[in-house]
Amino acid sequence: MIAGAMFYVFALVLIASAVAVVSVRQPVNAVLFLILCFFNAAGLFLLLGAEFLAFILLIVYVGAVAVLFLFVVMMLDVQGDAPRPPLKRFLPMSLGVGAVLLVQVVVMAVFWPQAQAVISVATDIENTKALGRVLYTDFIYPFQVSGLVLLTAMIGAIALTQRGSRGTKRQNVQAQLDRRAEDVVSLHHVESGKGIL
Amino acid sequence: MRDDLMTIYLLPLFWMLLGIGGILGVVLGGTAYLTYAERKVLGAIQLRKGPNVVGPFGLLQPMADGLKVMFKETIIPSGANVGLFIAAPVFTFLLALSAWAVIPFDAGLVLANINVGILYLLAISSLGVYAIIIAGWASNSKYALLGGLRSAAQMVSYEVSIGLIIVTVLLQAGTLNLSKIVEAQKDGWYIFSILLPMAVLFFASALAETNRSPFDLPEGESELVGGFNTEYSAMIFAMFFLGEYANMILMSAMMTVLFLGGWLPPLAALGFVPGFVWFAMKIVLCLFVFLWVRGTLPRYRYDQLMRIGWKFFLPLSLLWVVVVATVKMVGEAG
Repeated sequence: MIAGAMFYVFALVLIASAVAVVSVRQPVNAVLFLILCFFNAAGLFLLLGAEFLAFILLIVYVGAVAVLFLFVVMMLDVQGDAPRPPLKRFLPMSLGVGAVLLVQVVVMAVFWPQAQAVISVATDIENTKALGRVLYTDFIYPFQVSGLVLLTAMIGAIALTQRGSRGTKRQNVQAQLDRRAEDVVSLHHVESGKGIL
Repeated sequence: MRDDLMTIYLLPLFWMLLGIGGILGVVLGGTAYLTYAERKVLGAIQLRKGPNVVGPFGLLQPMADGLKVMFKETIIPSGANVGLFIAAPVFTFLLALSAWAVIPFDAGLVLANINVGILYLLAISSLGVYAIIIAGWASNSKYALLGGLRSAAQMVSYEVSIGLIIVTVLLQAGTLNLSKIVEAQKDGWYIFSILLPMAVLFFASALAETNRSPFDLPEGESELVGGFNTEYSAMIFAMFFLGEYANMILMSAMMTVLFLGGWLPPLAALGFVPGFVWFAMKIVLCLFVFLWVRGTLPRYRYDQLMRIGWKFFLPLSLLWVVVVATVKMVGEAG
């Protein structure tokens, strides 16, 4: 009974904050609403008994991804009072994207036979173990491939943002630590009226 | 029907509220006296007396400080985002307290014995960065914003290595449940095993994660006035301050659970002392090291902080994941 009520609370707040993400004027507030979305999605996962997924969602999306969003958005000098671009310009494209997403979700919910099975299996053995067992046996190749894809993306991001090393000065920590006072400091007796050459 | 309501919902609810109240009381009291302990320890390190006027040995100093802070005026800077400005310290404090739900104080003495307790802690500690970054932004001040950004970069960097360090512990213990991690250390605390370097790394990362000296750059007062909390005053400043101290206690508790054997006594012969006493003593020991470090080490430079995080802590903890996994696999095969 309580779990059912909780579902509606999480789902309603999730939808309301998702609407707020796209409708509030202030970008920082939008990111904060996005974080609220993630929280409620994690709550839904918890209700399904998928505790591992719930906390990984929080750690990865809230703890890392959204921090970077906030980082970027805070640097924008956008205040909430900027005039809103006309809705007409974006309406066709957003409707198209939304329709595609909706169709995909419906197709997946109707035609994916495993969706039910996963939930019922996950509740009797420990969640994390069940997930690990499946990932490292039945889905070992997709799992490894997704790892490789992420690695490629990482290398790509580094390669794209790395500037040439020409002209940049690098700090050599070892060289700094190796400096000794007797090598670089010397004591001179300076006669008055004359300098040191 | 009525009895069901009583036994299924109300009675557990009552016990849970009692447990929450107990934990809050202990943690808040500990936090208040940690501020006193810090001033006493720093005083001793610097050959001073520390607070000694209010009450015997200055023991009532936290009360006097609390009273003072409560009667001060809260100043909100012009142009600040008032809602977020006030929400940020409340959020810090809330997170620092809510993490205690999964900490096992003794065998079976835990509010929520969930299977993924360690993930819960990791999630909570990764949220702490929001309060600081939002406080910096909502203050509408350059120093606060710079402090907030520094802190965000620092906390995100060190979380990565904390995550990997925790993975090594999980590999060794084979569970994500905090109580079971402690029980897995019955035959030897993890600090006295192959995980010793990870314990050292975890402590150093905890210093960075709680913005403590020598990694207290987010509030580097010599360059940033006061960092992210420059514009804060009175009670909302106290929230940040107490949140930081509560986080120190929390990190010490995590250190105790992960590496120092939680509530387990150091010798089996000392088993007559209740577990939570051992737990508290280990936390106090960790906290003392926190204060000791603050009293003795100079502050890091920001680029050094980032270098040591990404180029030393991260590769070493990654290497150790492989080492621990290999040792464990060889041990199980042989």
